[in-house]
Amino acid sequence: MKAKVLIRPKQGILDPQGKAVERALPALGFEGIREVRVGRLVELETDDPSKLDELCEKLLANPLIEDFEVETYDDDSSGDPPDSRTSGPLTRPGSS
Amino acid sequence: MIGVLQFPGSCDERDAVAASERVGEARLVWHEETDLGGLDGIVVPGGFSYGDYLRAGAIARFAPAMESVARFAAEGGPVLGICNGFQVLCEAGLLPGALLPNESLRFLCRQVELVSEGGEGPLMSAIPKGERLSIPVKHMSGRYFAPGAELDRLEAGGQVAFRYAEGQNPNGSARGIAGVANEAGNVLGLMPHPEHAVDPLTGSDDGLALFRALARQPATA
Repeated sequence: MKAKVLIRPKQGILDPQGKAVERALPALGFEGIREVRVGRLVELETDDPSKLDELCEKLLANPLIEDFEVETYDDDSSGDPPDSRTSGPLTRPGSS
Repeated sequence: MIGVLQFPGSCDERDAVAASERVGEARLVWHEETDLGGLDGIVVPGGFSYGDYLRAGAIARFAPAMESVARFAAEGGPVLGICNGFQVLCEAGLLPGALLPNESLRFLCRQVELVSEGGEGPLMSAIPKGERLSIPVKHMSGRYFAPGAELDRLEAGGQVAFRYAEGQNPNGSARGIAGVANEAGNVLGLMPHPEHAVDPLTGSDDGLALFRALARQPATA
């Protein structure tokens, strides 16, 4: 089975990486974007998905400062995670 | 005898040995060693253990030697974590809180003034409350964080060991905290590097006080 683990800084904790990205956006023509926060995505394959939460708490995330979400999906599909349907091609400023 | 841990990616272990040798005897402890017999105190040194991939200190806490360090600490043995060592001790749950990337996102390397908060433990009792120490910091992830209620508890329990002097907080640490101790006071972690402040030739020997405190401990059984 495959899994995606999404790890984010907890709400209320200053995320300077997100702030730096946010400050850079207006110069590139992206207006009105707020509350940017940068996390990380871990993809993995596992024989025992029941251990994933423990794995996240012990290593992949530090629960004191980070939240995590685990999403599992079968690897006999086309290989696309289920939520890939929701992500389309990037829209660029000026394109419609 | 002071033992200084050495992980792949450590880089301040030799300076920590040299600092320890100014006040006593010291040896390196390879990260796969589990027999800490004969050691009076342990230093978890600075550097980039296991490359610090994922999060600073996150992987080093699983080193075989760290299990022995946890037992050593539980028996009351003094443990000093410096910079990456502080991060490792927090990740291992031997110290409260966590170290986040600096507010500026920049690697910081500069001399800072610390103010001792004193304390009852074997390490902090050597440095009276209010004493100022000039010690360098050099880190990327040194922003001390703990939830507000936890910070209140640490302050009330005398577990805050050092703060950056007024106006010198280099990394955005909560309440200016530069170092904390565990409840028993025998485990101490700080971001600044006392092992780089042991000779007036390099600007300060204020760091020696911590190594003296570590070396002065009686051997644990």
